[in-house]
Amino acid sequence: MATVPLGQGLLLAAVLFALGLVGVLVRRNLLFMLMSLEVMLNAAGVAFIVAGARWASPDGQIMFILVLTLAAAEVSVGLALILLMHRRIPTLDADAGDGLRG
Amino acid sequence: MQHFLWLVPALPLLGSIVLMLGTGRLSHRAEALIGVLSVGLAAVVAFAIAGAFLLDPPAGAAYQQSLWRWFAVGHFSFGIALRVDPLSLLMMLVTSGVGFLIHLFSTEFMEGEEGYGRFFAYLNLFVAAMLLLVMADNFLVLYAGWEGVGLCSYLLIGFWWRDPANGLAARKAFIVTRVGDTAFLIGLLLIASRLGTLNIAGAMRDAAHTWHPGSPAATLIAFLLLGGAVGKSAQLPLQTWLPDAMAGPTPVSALIHAATMVTAGVYLIARTHVLFLLAPAAEITVGIVGAATLLLAGFSALAQNDIKRILAYSTMSQIGYMFLALGVGAWRAAMFHFMTHAFFKALLFLSAGAVTMRLHHEQDIYRMGGLARRLPAAFWSFLIGSAALAALPLITSGFYSKEAILSGAWADGNGGRVLWLAGVIGAFVTGVYIFRAVFIAFFGEEHTHVSGSYGWRVIVPLVVLSVLSLVGGFIELPPAFGHVTLLSRLLAPVLPPTREVTDMTPLLLASAASILGIALAAVLYWRPSRPPAETPLWRFWHAAAGFDALYDRLLVRPVIWAARVDRDDFIDSFYDGIAWATQAIHRAIRRTQTGRVRLYAASLAIGSVGLIAIAVLR
Repeated sequence: MATVPLGQGLLLAAVLFALGLVGVLVRRNLLFMLMSLEVMLNAAGVAFIVAGARWASPDGQIMFILVLTLAAAEVSVGLALILLMHRRIPTLDADAGDGLRG
Repeated sequence: MQHFLWLVPALPLLGSIVLMLGTGRLSHRAEALIGVLSVGLAAVVAFAIAGAFLLDPPAGAAYQQSLWRWFAVGHFSFGIALRVDPLSLLMMLVTSGVGFLIHLFSTEFMEGEEGYGRFFAYLNLFVAAMLLLVMADNFLVLYAGWEGVGLCSYLLIGFWWRDPANGLAARKAFIVTRVGDTAFLIGLLLIASRLGTLNIAGAMRDAAHTWHPGSPAATLIAFLLLGGAVGKSAQLPLQTWLPDAMAGPTPVSALIHAATMVTAGVYLIARTHVLFLLAPAAEITVGIVGAATLLLAGFSALAQNDIKRILAYSTMSQIGYMFLALGVGAWRAAMFHFMTHAFFKALLFLSAGAVTMRLHHEQDIYRMGGLARRLPAAFWSFLIGSAALAALPLITSGFYSKEAILSGAWADGNGGRVLWLAGVIGAFVTGVYIFRAVFIAFFGEEHTHVSGSYGWRVIVPLVVLSVLSLVGGFIELPPAFGHVTLLSRLLAPVLPPTREVTDMTPLLLASAASILGIALAAVLYWRPSRPPAETPLWRFWHAAAGFDALYDRLLVRPVIWAARVDRDDFIDSFYDGIAWATQAIHRAIRRTQTGRVRLYAASLAIGSVGLIAIAVLR
């Protein structure tokens, strides 16, 4: 099985990460921000897999499983928070929830 | 016996510590028992020491016990050491003995009061501090006791702390005596630097060798010590705290006025009499201060309606007599009067307390009236105490001690006659003011309902003190009446003798003055009427010649004014600047806290990129 070259793989990861970051920064809808966060996490996961494949080490895949569980936990907590916030201020606009403004 | 010296101050101290730690955990009974027993046992030990001392006088006429070394700096070494010579012995006996009777009385007087255990803890500490003061071997231990007495007076005058006025009185007592204490401390430091020792006996010995009479150093130190004595003993010009100290419970007044505190100044001057002999100017000042105070306080007592304030001014006046005696070199007479005064003043305060106990703490003599029939026990004790205070000739102890002082003044060549005259006028005024209180409070018609009766804990101290007030003077009789000199012989190793007077004139004149005073009181107040009209003269003496107002104008208000003017001085502006800068930085930084999660995410990202860039490019 042919392996993906390291440079291309990392480039993919970097592009994904950048897309996710841009998504977090420019979207105002909390659901989309959460999804963008997932993209960033997965970009990190891709980087681990590529690196693991390059050096033929299982560590990369183990780290990916860790990232996956982390992402699952994060999503559940994040969705619960969004739900609660939506009950309080009936909107999903992230900028509307600035009650902690100094 | 000298191995047991430490027990005398240690027992009340232990009692005080136990009571303080056991607050709220001990029953009333246990608290009373600990409070009374600790002082009672101390008195027993003191009397045992006295017995051994008299039967078998130790070498050098003093017991000494060195407990441990406190600290050593350079060539100075200070020990916790006790020394009991005849002078200390007399003070120790009176303090512990009279103190014990006052404790016993208090157990009934304070029954049902809030803070019963706290009261006895303070009382015990008071007695312990005073015993430490009189038994100290060096000035440092003496000073520790001196300050301990000041602290306890503060705690006890403000004992009923719920009323802010009592707290103010306590603070006044502390701050006014503090003025004297500071002078005393400077005097001690001068002794330490000039003589190189703070051991009392050693310093006195060295002083006599080092300085010739009238030398500036001795005079300065004597004046500074006098400052301390004046503060503690409530003499002019630091006398203003004593009448306000009546804010405390009555047994406290008895303790402060009879057994502890105010006599500390008399003790200090008697203890350092060598210095005063070297400084004639200071010694004359002692006499003048005493004479002025005794007259001022006597006239002020005439214009008081509160029974406790009358007694307070009478204490001031009697301590004035002791100062007068010290000033004319009648050292032994001063100590004699200290002893008899302790008896009759404790008796007066306790019987006044016994009266107010039954009158719902009513202290105005014009609201009493007719108590002689209702409260015979209190009446007879108050009468005996008053007779002793007024120096009723022949049968009271006060007569003999006052006579000793006045004949000492009579015999003193330089200006003694003037002081003697002041003393005789004082004796006359004393008779008037104290029997005014007796006639108004105990005769005439009743004004207040009397309830309840006394238990043995009130009766026993009153009876014992009454007996002592009558017979206590017989240990020292003038040449005209049997010439008994027990006290003089006891004090002979410590205090120099007084010139003997065989002339009968001063004795007769002084007796006539006190009898005339009593007679005048009888004429004026036998049929007590309304309270006196508030004439300007009456108001002047009611306010004790206006010293409070004077000090208020002279000291308190200028200080408050200066504090207000100097509010924005350099130091304050420095700290205000710090506060201002903190607020400015706060305002700047809080701008970044927008509450927008996207902005936070962006700054996180930029920060991470920056950190990675630094790590990579370095």
